[in-house]
Parts: sequence; structure tokens; C-alpha cells
Amino acid sequence: MSYPADIKIIQVPCTGRVDIIHLLNALADGADGVYVAGCLEGECHYLEGNYKARRKVEYVKKTLKELGIEPERVAMYNLSSAQGARFAEIANEMVQQITDLGPTPVR
Amino acid sequence: MIVADRKSLDEILGMVADKDKILVLGCKGCVTVCNVGGLKETEVLAASMKIARKKAGRPVDIDTRVLERQCDTEYVSQLADHVADYQAVVSMACGVGPQFLSEMYPDQVFFPAVNTTFFGGAVQHGVWEERCAGCGTCGIHLFGGLCPVARCAKSLLHGPCGGSSNGICEVHKDTVCIWDAIVTKKMETGHLDDLVGVKPFKDWRTARDGGPRRSIREELVKGNI
Repeated sequence: MSYPADIKIIQVPCTGRVDIIHLLNALADGADGVYVAGCLEGECHYLEGNYKARRKVEYVKKTLKELGIEPERVAMYNLSSAQGARFAEIANEMVQQITDLGPTPVR
Repeated sequence: MIVADRKSLDEILGMVADKDKILVLGCKGCVTVCNVGGLKETEVLAASMKIARKKAGRPVDIDTRVLERQCDTEYVSQLADHVADYQAVVSMACGVGPQFLSEMYPDQVFFPAVNTTFFGGAVQHGVWEERCAGCGTCGIHLFGGLCPVARCAKSLLHGPCGGSSNGICEVHKDTVCIWDAIVTKKMETGHLDDLVGVKPFKDWRTARDGGPRRSIREELVKGNI
């Protein structure tokens, strides 16, 4: 089980900690894509952190659309900490998606 | 509070298209409470503008700052040492902010990032409604606590018009006919007679009809009390 080295992982206690500004700043600083990997829906240890993260990802998608940038550059995934294989699968999926889109126009 | 909506990114970017060093200036007053121009929104706007300008191949240098309020000269004056460092300032305060800023710093250009809409409150998270029109002669108590000046499309003071249908205003399907609500409340509380009496005319000179308004509190003008 392995995942691409293209990904930089930033750990947070809960995806509820991830804010719109974190996603936007990553993109402003030249990240080709950003995704949030939260707990399964309905299984947030802090009740609704992952739902909040999804809404923030949706907001950033909307902003990117407004700016003429592919909204697929940001994504939200849900998986449990026991799903290592799924984590690798998601990483590969996201890297493939971003590779297909090409480098960010924000340089 | 004063409620506002943010302008589109396109409009804001267009206003400062030829500027390369910008300050995005938030306000901790009403626009923070209605989630349009506080610390968070200021940073989000700055990041969005940076993304857009980098994409366009013309990166822009943007700083952010949030004043306690943009409608008090004592806070606006805190900008004195830095205001000249920028080619433009984008204010996220209500319409009062860019004017107080322009008056204090005539050499700088201040652009409004929000459209100021009304005096109101949040009826649910993310939804604000108008409740006050600032007419200057409050008579809410005469109408069961519901203001027809702000909430009737015609600001009628003596009952509903013919456009009231099943409690809804003809102007918009989401707008309650406030006169229907007033009459219903008066009937339910047994005070319908309150609406029968002839009310004295309303003095509209205290509203916008009398021109720009000024409020002077002599005791405060003289000094702290």
C-alpha cells in the first residue's frame, strides 16, 4: 500500500479546524490542488466537524468558479482512520485528477 | 445592525485592476456580525484577489487589517502611519467606512467592497431581514411591535393595500404583508380597537425626506459625562 509523493499532508485534530482561508491560501501559494480527508459522515468525533469542512470546501469551489479556475482542484473525502487502503486510493485519485487538469494557473 | 452584501469578485477586482499594492480593510462592527466584512471575510477576500491576479499574470501585494470601527474618527486615525503605503484601500465596512476614510485621508482612494443594504437582524443563520427604516420618529408601539414603515413595501400607516393576499405582499412571495400581521396580532391580543383611532400625521421631515440628518447630543459635545 503506497500513495504518491506529490501530496503534502497537514494534520489537524478534526477537519472542522480547516477553514476557507487555509484552502484559499494553499491555492494562492501555488498548490495545484487541495483536498480534505475527514471522518465518515455521521462519525465525527466532534459531532459535525466533517460536515462543516464539506461546506467550506463547497464555498471554495464556488469562489474558484467565480475566478475561472477549475473547482475540481479542491475536494472533500470521507473515510475512517482504519481505511488505510482507501486513503491510498483517494490520494491516487486526487493526484490523477490534478494531473489531468494540469498545473495551476495561479503561479 | 447595518446589513451588507459583498460585491462580486469581478466588480472588486475591476475597481482595483490598475493597482499593485492594496490594503483590504475590515471593520469589527456591524459587518463582522453579518459575516461580510470582519477579520475572516477580509482574509478570504484578500486571498481570492491574490489568486485572481496571479492567474491573470499580474500578482498583487495585498495586506489586511481590521479596525475596531470605520465609523469613528478615533479608530480611522489609527491608519495614519500606513495609509500612504498603498495605491488603494478596499473597505469592507458599510458605506460609512469609505466616507470617513476619504474625509480623513483625502490623498488616498477608498473602494467599497460591499453593498450596504438595510438595518435588520438575522432571522436564521445566514438570513437577514429588514426591520428598521431609520425614519427618525419611531411609532412601533402603535402597530403591535411591527414596523410598517420598514416592512410594508409602501410604508402604509393605516392598513393593508389591495396587494395583500393570504398574508403575503404582492411585491414578493417571500415577503409577509406586515399589515396582515399587525391586524392579526391586534385581533389575537384583543386590541383591534387600537387601530381604529385617527393617528396624527407622521412627520417625515425626520426621515430622508428632510435631507441628510444630524444628531447632536449637547452634553457629549461639551465633554465626557
